[in-house]
Amino acid sequence: MHEYSIVQSLVSAVEAAVGDRRNAAVHRVEVAIGEVAGVDCGLLTTAFEVFRAGTLCEHASLTIESIAALWQCPNCGVAIERGKSLRCALCNEPARLAAGDEIFLQRIELEVA
Amino acid sequence: MCQDCGCGDVNIVPVEVQTRILSRNDKVAAHNRSHFASRGMFTINVMGSPGAGKTALLEATARAFGDSARLAALAGDLATENDALRLQRAGIRTRAITTGQACHLDAEMVHHELHAWDPGEVDFFFIENVGNLVCPAVYDLGQNANVVVLSITEGEDKPLKYPTMFAKADVVLLTKMDLLPHLRVDVNAIYDAIARVMPEALVMPIIAPELGGTGLWLEWLRQSRAALLRTVEVTA
Repeated sequence: MHEYSIVQSLVSAVEAAVGDRRNAAVHRVEVAIGEVAGVDCGLLTTAFEVFRAGTLCEHASLTIESIAALWQCPNCGVAIERGKSLRCALCNEPARLAAGDEIFLQRIELEVA
Repeated sequence: MCQDCGCGDVNIVPVEVQTRILSRNDKVAAHNRSHFASRGMFTINVMGSPGAGKTALLEATARAFGDSARLAALAGDLATENDALRLQRAGIRTRAITTGQACHLDAEMVHHELHAWDPGEVDFFFIENVGNLVCPAVYDLGQNANVVVLSITEGEDKPLKYPTMFAKADVVLLTKMDLLPHLRVDVNAIYDAIARVMPEALVMPIIAPELGGTGLWLEWLRQSRAALLRTVEVTA
């Protein structure tokens, strides 16, 4: 359940992004989570709902964009089909993860009076 | 407040951030990595399930190196210092990190421990992570290499079930190979599963640590440290 630790880091990152606009309430937090980042989106949502109390995110909603894993050959760029061996059938090069390991705070929305 | 019609609605202002959520951990990990490199310490994050044989592997590594390498370790567990005591008895300078409820080590825990403890001159520094195939893979500690200890008793499809950890691994050590005659396990199926989640699959079978069988592993450690030393200036 490292999602609780991730939420603590997320709240800190949001606080840093809010900076000195402390009179603005955080309305929404948007994150991107990769398929093979090792973070469960359901658990992340639950952890956020528990830990936002008493923080700048207390009344904020959480939007999670899931990013599909994409393994590619670094040489010819061909995508490796899901579940196959992670080596290019044409070039015999080990694949590289082009997308899917994101644990990213993308943007926040502030309510400005 | 809305200035256009006086409706009382607040204005919503988007703020682009685009930052890694674990950027603070990454920063501390980079500091740890630079500290290890400056002291010539090749640092290995040892991960795997509870009972996979992480501690037994490190005990065997110490026996196999003998006096030919200086070893130190941090042993992470939710509770008890049992693993740290075992490693100390095996001749590895070790400190325990008891995490309480935390299911993984993070860079700050490692950094904090090294402030309180100087392991002296070290060639190989092992960080034995909390036994868990999920959470430890997410946190960079400042290591030079990730090693996953996978025992053949855990099932052939474990790599497919826990792809993140294997995707980040540099080496997989297959342990408890000496039990093979007593099990219905197809080792080729384990190799095949690893190849589907780990792009540069480097798998080393450990036949039976107490009987030796660590030769490839020791050679990999020596070569990896030599490669590190070629890229850094050791100052302490």
